[in-house]
Amino acid sequence: MRINISRKKIRDSFVSKVEEISGQNLLACYQCGKCSAGCPAISDMDILPNQIIRYAQLGLKDELLHSKSIWICASCFTCNARCPKGINIAEVIEAIRQILLRKREDHLKIEKLSDEEKSNVPPIAIISSMRKFTS
Amino acid sequence: MEISYYPGCTLKNYAKNFEESALYSLKKLGVEVEELPRWNCCGTVFSLATDDLIHHVAAIRNLIRAKESNSNKIMTLCAMCYNTLKRANERVKADPESLDKINQFMYRENIDYEGDVKVLHLLELLRDEIKLENLGKHVVKSLKNLKVANYYGCLLVRPKEIGLDDIENPTVLENIMTSLGADPIDFPYKTECCASYQTVDKPEIVADRTFHILTSAQEQGAEVVTVSCPLCAFNLDHRQKETVREYPEFKNIPILYFTQLMAIALGCPEEVLRLDLNFIDPKPILKEKGLI
Ligand code: SF4
Ligand code: SF4
Repeated sequence: MRINISRKKIRDSFVSKVEEISGQNLLACYQCGKCSAGCPAISDMDILPNQIIRYAQLGLKDELLHSKSIWICASCFTCNARCPKGINIAEVIEAIRQILLRKREDHLKIEKLSDEEKSNVPPIAIISSMRKFTS
Repeated sequence: MEISYYPGCTLKNYAKNFEESALYSLKKLGVEVEELPRWNCCGTVFSLATDDLIHHVAAIRNLIRAKESNSNKIMTLCAMCYNTLKRANERVKADPESLDKINQFMYRENIDYEGDVKVLHLLELLRDEIKLENLGKHVVKSLKNLKVANYYGCLLVRPKEIGLDDIENPTVLENIMTSLGADPIDFPYKTECCASYQTVDKPEIVADRTFHILTSAQEQGAEVVTVSCPLCAFNLDHRQKETVREYPEFKNIPILYFTQLMAIALGCPEEVLRLDLNFIDPKPILKEKGLI
């Protein structure tokens, strides 16, 4: 995969928005990889948690906004618990989801689920997936 | 003890077996809890965005309900409710400005919230207030010879600031099982995420996690697995159907709320257990051990 890095991207308002919504300092990350090592979801991810942080530092907005990973992460907080730099990676991923959801770009199309699919899961599942995946 | 019980969205339907067994056990232990006369859904997940206050309103409103019932403690059974209520509580306690905004938003409430209600999970109530020695004294039917793996999942222990036990190696469930006479089994996946709400539109991910979590418990000799979250319960129990489809070598294992085992040990009649709501039938193993 070819990735273009530029000063323009690094200074894009996307980077400050991610930092603001997540409340995290992206530059604190030194790429040790511990977040990805403990993440239970990496086998289904296209960009790993440590890479998400690196991409965010570099302002690789399109790659992040189109990644599968942001919808695979289930906010289990294992990465947060283990980061030696105290970065809340789950919050950074939440910020990227929020940037899309705040533009009404829902990930979960609840109206497309059949009545059967909806009634075969408990309310706690429907409510939490709507909270995380819809605007 | 003035304790309000907050059920949350799933305890009155899918997880009725959790609620009934927990309330039976508390009664047997002589602890009075009263369900809040009015409550609303907590939202199930704590909002992680720093600029999003509105999603804490639902949680804080329930804390006002507790105050209105003259109680300063609110107890949950569900791990997700526990996490959401407790984190929202800690958030507003640490940040008076956001508490003020939330109170202003809820101007139609008769009282303001002042950060003065304690959120606790039944596990903390058992360990810290009832005490496990006392729990042991109430056992009338020991769970002896039952090998139990205890699954915590994420939200009882993470993040650390609100976790009710050690973040990497919690032991409260094992200690409870020991007090009830069971043989708790340790296994490395006890705090691994079950994939949570992915169950709605990506059940295959949940099936995969369920396979790894439960196989690990079985390798350590577990005969049943306990849980204390209705979503973990659904994923580990009901999703075994999908797990078998993806992994034909997988062998089903019953999933029980820890309170169902506790209620058995405290002498409950079988109806209290609502075993009809458990997907993988726990009756054969419970019968084999002489527990029902
Ligand atoms: S664990 Fe923390 S410091 Fe290490 S790569 Fe992940 S975010 Fe960066
Ligand atoms: S919070 Fe998300 S990224 Fe972090 S370990 Fe859990 S699933 Fe992986």
